[in-house]
Amino acid sequence: MNFTEEQIERYSRHIILPEVGGTGQAKLLESSAFVLGAGGLGSPSLLYLAAAGVGTIGIVDADCVDLSNLQRQIIHNNQKIGMAKVESARETIEALNPDVKVNVYNERLTADNIRELIRDYDILLDGSDNFPTRFLMNDAAFFEKRTLVSGSMFRFDGQVTTFKPHEGLPCYRCLYPEPPPKGLVPSCQEAGVLGALAGVIGVLQAVEAIKEILGTGDSLAGNLLVFDALKMNFRKVKVRRDPECNLCGENPTINELITYEEACEIQAARSEGG
Amino acid sequence: MGADQYDEMITHLKGVYPYEGCGLLLGKGDRVSTVRGVENRRQERANDRYEIDPRDILRIEKEASREGLDIIGFFHSHPDHPDRPSEFDRERAWPEYRYIIVSVHNGSDVSARSWVLSGENGTFQEEELTIEG
Repeated sequence: MNFTEEQIERYSRHIILPEVGGTGQAKLLESSAFVLGAGGLGSPSLLYLAAAGVGTIGIVDADCVDLSNLQRQIIHNNQKIGMAKVESARETIEALNPDVKVNVYNERLTADNIRELIRDYDILLDGSDNFPTRFLMNDAAFFEKRTLVSGSMFRFDGQVTTFKPHEGLPCYRCLYPEPPPKGLVPSCQEAGVLGALAGVIGVLQAVEAIKEILGTGDSLAGNLLVFDALKMNFRKVKVRRDPECNLCGENPTINELITYEEACEIQAARSEGG
Repeated sequence: MGADQYDEMITHLKGVYPYEGCGLLLGKGDRVSTVRGVENRRQERANDRYEIDPRDILRIEKEASREGLDIIGFFHSHPDHPDRPSEFDRERAWPEYRYIIVSVHNGSDVSARSWVLSGENGTFQEEELTIEG
């Protein structure tokens, strides 16, 4: 592709990196990423994906910006309170980088719409704030054979990993076969979360997604990166594919998408992203 | 690398003395078949720092892909300083790329050595620089 003068300046710090170069930057501009949740994790992920010049970004979120979000959801601001989060995020991204085409989906992900929504995207990022959505996203990513970069956080702890069951690496269900029972785990609203932690985890997701697009470095797939903000400690834990996994195992019992809302009504959970 | 490429590299670096000159090495594997000298974009400390313009990278990347070559490394000069990598060179270097460092004394005396960053401990290892023909 031919870069404009403005693009050469904008992406110059990428282009001079041998691991990116013009070829890698062109890959980014031609790539697409789907971000689930324009909240605590989605905000920093979206900002860095957009700044990096990921050419098409899809954002799904059904919520509106609330004052209590602004302690961590840095893609929004005071003027956006009451606005749909996806619209607020779109405005911020367009102001940051006009190269990026933003598709917004101001709706909840369901078993009926998710596969069609994610199908058009190269890579998926999960920054959701509840277990039903997290399982739905994992299952849909598996059926659509898409790489999923997953982030979660709780109080002072965060986790990042990449799921690639279509390449023989573990999926979310290999780690957690089923959602926890209703009410077992408190939500962010109930338990709180350190705002800046969202930045650490969301940015790590963006870094991982950009590396996946570029095809450079080591993927986190097969490893879980665990961050303890109080101890300021990163740990990398091996995770293995479960041959008994109900989704990606040898004898799968899940052959279509399951809606957990009814079975598990928790609104937000340990995997808080919002 | 061939003598023609070596001479072209040295001529470029002498030409910009007393400033640091720089450029890209194109080829296959460990064999340099084309050198492309570029302007040092650095305005400040251009005597001991270099920076390559992204426009040059883009242009040379295209040329390399047209010719079926890879960017296999970079070269730069150390005006009136030895042909050893500096700490700054080490910090900026990437594993698997070759870095030829050319010492240019008084604008005429030159010596060149080639270095590869070791991925394991992040130090530069010298490799033999062979000039053919």
